[in-house]
Amino acid sequence: MAENLSGAPAPLLSIRGLTVGLPADGDRPEAVSEVSFDIAPGETVCLVGESGSGKSVIGQAILGMLPHALPVLSGEVHLDDAPLPPQRDPAYGAIRSAQVAMIFQDAAASLNPVRTIGAQLAEVLEVHGVPKRDRKARVLDVLRAVALPEPERIAKSYPHQLSGGQAQRAVIAGALLLEPKLLIADEPTTALDVTTQAEILALIARLKAEHGLSVLFVTHDFGVVAEIADRVVVMEKGVQVETGRAAAVLHAPQHPYTKKLIAAVTPAPRERETGGTDTILEATDIDLTYRGGLFGGRKALHAVKGASLRIEAGRTVAVVGESGSGKSSLARCLLRLEEIDSGSIRFKGEEISKLTGKPLQHLRKSLQVVLQDPYSALDPRQTIRAAIAEGPIIHGTPKVEAHAQAAELLELVGLPAQAGGRYPQEFSGGQRQRICIARALALKPDLLIADEAVSALDVSIQAQILDLFADMQKRFGFAILFITHDLAVARAIADDILVMRRGEIVERGPAAQVFASPAHPYTADLLAAAPGLDMFAKGDAA
Amino acid sequence: MTDVTAARARPAIPLSVKLAMGFVALFVLFALFGHALTPHGFRDTSLFDRLKPPGTEGYPLGTDARGRDLLARLVTGAQITLVVAIVGTLIGAILGSLLGILAAARRGKTEAVIVAAIDVQASLPIIIVALFMLAMFDNSFTLFLLLVGLNGWEVYARLMRGATLQAKESGYVTAIRALGASPARIYLRHVLPNILNIALVQFTVNLPLTILLETALSFLGLGVQPPLTSLGQIMSEGRDRLMTAWWLTLLPGAIIFCLALSVSMIGDWLRDRLDPTLRSER
Repeated sequence: MAENLSGAPAPLLSIRGLTVGLPADGDRPEAVSEVSFDIAPGETVCLVGESGSGKSVIGQAILGMLPHALPVLSGEVHLDDAPLPPQRDPAYGAIRSAQVAMIFQDAAASLNPVRTIGAQLAEVLEVHGVPKRDRKARVLDVLRAVALPEPERIAKSYPHQLSGGQAQRAVIAGALLLEPKLLIADEPTTALDVTTQAEILALIARLKAEHGLSVLFVTHDFGVVAEIADRVVVMEKGVQVETGRAAAVLHAPQHPYTKKLIAAVTPAPRERETGGTDTILEATDIDLTYRGGLFGGRKALHAVKGASLRIEAGRTVAVVGESGSGKSSLARCLLRLEEIDSGSIRFKGEEISKLTGKPLQHLRKSLQVVLQDPYSALDPRQTIRAAIAEGPIIHGTPKVEAHAQAAELLELVGLPAQAGGRYPQEFSGGQRQRICIARALALKPDLLIADEAVSALDVSIQAQILDLFADMQKRFGFAILFITHDLAVARAIADDILVMRRGEIVERGPAAQVFASPAHPYTADLLAAAPGLDMFAKGDAA
Repeated sequence: MTDVTAARARPAIPLSVKLAMGFVALFVLFALFGHALTPHGFRDTSLFDRLKPPGTEGYPLGTDARGRDLLARLVTGAQITLVVAIVGTLIGAILGSLLGILAAARRGKTEAVIVAAIDVQASLPIIIVALFMLAMFDNSFTLFLLLVGLNGWEVYARLMRGATLQAKESGYVTAIRALGASPARIYLRHVLPNILNIALVQFTVNLPLTILLETALSFLGLGVQPPLTSLGQIMSEGRDRLMTAWWLTLLPGAIIFCLALSVSMIGDWLRDRLDPTLRSER
């Protein structure tokens, strides 16, 4: 159990007291302060923290890529017992790719769109002096190593012809070309669907086992940590708050911040008195097709296929599915933002799928929405007080009264009432989402549809916003339809779960039942792919 | 709750833009109050004082072939040019913006027709259309103003259509629609304020083009007709005497040149200031 001294093999990478400065107008004096940890050969170290914690800065420092604005103030980084050159030194040319390689979150953005994958990988070999006759074979070998199907075809493909998961594999292939000893992976799976994420994580684990690769995995997600980490370093605002073996940190976190991050991945299922049995919304056999362009040039997309669902007053239903599964389209149908092709939607017993004009506007009062991206969901030219008061004013509340009510709602969602005169740009993402919730609640809806309402937020903020949804539901008694791709979020908030795949609802049932014994194989796949699910299981046993 | 973005210092106005603003202000003052500088009317002829050079007593900028005071004529020319430039540009801006917003708001057939009109206009030089229309119909000031106004409407239409489509897809419009707002409220109170600066910038880009179109048509004899005058028409009258009476073309030409350049520079600077793609507040 010796962490890195006495008897253990010499570490591949050793960071001691690394401190990196921030420009004078930053929110703190140092980007990272006094960070020290080692990575042994063949070991995976996860560097965990939320946005702004300084975790990416450490990766950049190892590769000598820190910009001038972020100077190294003190500390040393040793690779194979040799100190690394100063930042941006030309000597890094021999280290990058050859000894330490890096992959990024957005794989498509790190590939050149106008050159084939094969040409781009061959270029890495060319830069490092591999003779031309060997290049093609090595490119194909490495594409095979990352388990890409038909390496010959992939080598001739352009980046846009690959899926997100294939592109990330190609990027990993590029990183492995020169057989580096250390792979730095900066949130490489954050942009991917859970099933694809699971494949990439398995790939990295296999490469580690087969090639003795060391991995520094930068992530915000403790679910991912549970899947692949040997050891964990937790960062909060540039300070290393906890370091240790993965099992120890996951099961007995010491620092409150670590506990908070872990709690965000393994939220306790809700314990609650279930709501009434009055059906608030019932949709039957909804179909939605996005037609092609005006001249029929584009292909029609059948986004929702015969979906039926029922929401009871005061209950929370989560719709779970991967990107493109039609879950957001379903929400837009129920909100009457899209015209359905067929089927019926009954809201409090009244058929609403054909409403137009005034009755439709009146209906909207009882049916509110909170959108995914809090940055675009508020009119940038409207103060937040005006934004919250907008709904009541539209429906006839006098302006003075609506503004007073807006101030109350601001306090209710945890913002100071006197902030009402400010513009959305002055608030953080989590604060903006609070404002959006206040705006939706101002109309006292019977049903709140939340479309990926926490996906754009950091995990600890996610937990706060989910709590806010639950608090508000308790207070006002509305039903929630929560659209999410994140099973942990669904588990935290939902009474009932619907699973969508390619426009169809493939499974439905009470949350506990769906999680414990999924009936549809796709649900089982999703659950198996979700990182850190074994942690759920342990949480349940406890 | 401490993340109030620090008010960013507004960048100082560059000297060149200050000079341009100064020239435009001077030009406007000249057009409004210039007649106070000379006792002569712009149509007063004095056959004894024909083709006097600048600096002649009583005629600080000289006279033309009929002995009319060039200073008085330039003031009137500046007035007409100013009116045509502003009204003409406004016509194009309002017409184009409305059509652009309408296309994006209605989609479907309306959009197809408007987009087709945009494409036709974009491929047809306005000067050809103007020459044809003015040659076909009687040359009236109203028709002339309308034709100058049509100059560049398709640019506004295209810009505003794109901006409106983008705003329509944005989260805030979706959310406000879900609040139950009527389309009129959504477009007037939320979409328009957010896209107006794009039209504003295009206005300043188009203004010098309108000035140049007006002077070009007047120079060709198809624009402002005597006895009224404009800067282009003064130039056109003076062009036969370029070698002997240089002031008749050079002075109005210099004014047009400086005016178009100044307005362009202000427009460029405004575009840099207001262009939403250059804004990085988030």
